[in-house]
Amino acid sequence: MSNKILELQDIKREFKMGTETVHALKGISFHVEAGEFVTIMGSSGSGKTTMLNILGCLDKPSNGTYILDNINVKELNSNELARLRNTKIGFVFQAYNLLPRTTALENVELPLLYNSAISAKERKERAIKALEAVKLSNRLDHTPNQLSGGQQQRVAIARALVNEPVMILADEATGNLDTKTSYEIMSLMQDLNHQGKTIVFVTHEPDIATFSSRTITLRDGKLQNDNFNNNILSAKEALASLPVNDDD
Amino acid sequence: MLALKALQRNKLRALLTMLGIIIGVGAVITMMSIGEGSKQSIQSSLSGMGSNMITIRPSSNEPGGVRLEGGNIQNLTEVDVEALKRNAQNISAVSPMASSSGQAINGSLNWPTSIQGVSPDFFDIRKLSVQDGIVFSEEDVKKSAKVCLLGETVVDNLFNNGENPIGKIIRFNKIPFQIIGVLEAKGQSNFGQDQDDIIIAPYTTVQKRILSTIYFNNIYASAISEDASEAATEEVISILRETHRLRADEGDDFSVRTQAELIETLSSTSGMLTSLLTAVAGISLVIGGIGIMNIMYVSVTERTKEIGLRMSIGARGIDILLQFLIEAVMISVTGGLIGVFLGIGSSLLISSLLNWPVVISETSIIISFIVCAITGIFFGYYPAQKASKLDPIDALRYE
Repeated sequence: MSNKILELQDIKREFKMGTETVHALKGISFHVEAGEFVTIMGSSGSGKTTMLNILGCLDKPSNGTYILDNINVKELNSNELARLRNTKIGFVFQAYNLLPRTTALENVELPLLYNSAISAKERKERAIKALEAVKLSNRLDHTPNQLSGGQQQRVAIARALVNEPVMILADEATGNLDTKTSYEIMSLMQDLNHQGKTIVFVTHEPDIATFSSRTITLRDGKLQNDNFNNNILSAKEALASLPVNDDD
Repeated sequence: MLALKALQRNKLRALLTMLGIIIGVGAVITMMSIGEGSKQSIQSSLSGMGSNMITIRPSSNEPGGVRLEGGNIQNLTEVDVEALKRNAQNISAVSPMASSSGQAINGSLNWPTSIQGVSPDFFDIRKLSVQDGIVFSEEDVKKSAKVCLLGETVVDNLFNNGENPIGKIIRFNKIPFQIIGVLEAKGQSNFGQDQDDIIIAPYTTVQKRILSTIYFNNIYASAISEDASEAATEEVISILRETHRLRADEGDDFSVRTQAELIETLSSTSGMLTSLLTAVAGISLVIGGIGIMNIMYVSVTERTKEIGLRMSIGARGIDILLQFLIEAVMISVTGGLIGVFLGIGSSLLISSLLNWPVVISETSIIISFIVCAITGIFFGYYPAQKASKLDPIDALRYE
């Protein structure tokens, strides 16, 4: 039995802009298995944002089949899609998207609030564990404006983990961070991957791709490349080898 | 829970939004309390005079002709009183009244006041009681005895502190009267009159010695019960039409009014006024509701990214709708709560500062609450629905 987390079969997505039709995705097929760390790369206009929205169940393909954790999303209504997003996917955004004036703990608890199966007590326990996993146990009651960019992104990652999803879906997760902090985050991602988490990372930066195990490249809505990485670099080592700053 | 947190995040804005509701509810409760208090006070003071009381006055029976003031027409006499006493089944007491204003003198002290000539029944009919001394008797009426009872105000003005007026003699319009009793104090009436500024004496005495007339200003009677008031009124009318020898085609040359009618008229006027004021206050509730709707729309726009985020991590449309709807209802109900306290507080303040009667009714509080909740739901629904229909992808991209 395959342990395919994602399966895409000939996915097409068209948008009507006035009288014109834009073909964002023109028939893409691939699959991702549990435990992979995949980066999806492409320049602007390649369709990677549309791909991300479809993978995240925020959008439905116009044609083709998308199977997430053995569930075909075609027949699902918007409420069922929301449920899927809640339980199967952990989003990490470029702009962190934390709730302002809300503590880190409450931010991480947020997805659990929409999961009626979980009690308030269990919610708090899970949130604390998730924050421990991203090494922020000492900042549970800080609000976003009391946290640095890297710390906010780690809270976002903890939030993505808290419902124990089958995959983490990251959209330019290091886009707002400096090099050092980016490597810290990638190091965390690699740790999570080594613990068994499947990660799909959408980016346009090539050096992020070197930390992943597989890179899918999109171009003009089509799959251009699908390469396994034979030389995965360690983010930890990259971090250590950074030149020491003058103002450190 | 979610909604409460969201409100706490911006307390000042929530408070300002609530202001319309707070003022509206506070005003409604205060208006209704004052209105209810005034109505009840009128009712109780009028009832205190005897709710079965019937007042008979002379009047013109010229239909459409020039109607003279009742005071200029004299047609009520002893004959009428006797007929009523003898024949009316639904009446338990009758007293005529002949009154006059004048000067009461005690030695060097004097006081302008009025004297009311009545029969002993008057004390029953008008629910007057005596704090010292006795009421005059039927005998005193027969003999036109020169005796009287004083109200407290007259006592205070004609006698020095501590002096007991009982047994002393005063003069009213030069006629000497012996004081046999002092009336229980009644205070000010609803219409601002001092009910203790009065002298009461047998009607025969007042008619003969002071007015030199055989006529009465009015006749008071009390029905055997409040329910019998209508039957009593009919009886009185038919008996008096007989004693006044009126033909079938002639109108009444007197008017008969029950106390119940009087209460009804005053209550309904007071009731209308209260309704009007309450309606005006209610308008500010509507304005408050519009304020809530306004703020919720702004809130939804401001939190577009937040809504997108919530949807991306699993909130359904209905979750978002409920969240914003509950926020709106929380604002309106919290505003209502504060408004209720404010309303009760200001009612009590007005009652103690202005001495107006105030009755705080639970109905008005409950109604205000329900109206607040409905306002919150109604005015909060449209913004909440807009929020729930946002597309998560667009929402997330919103700047």
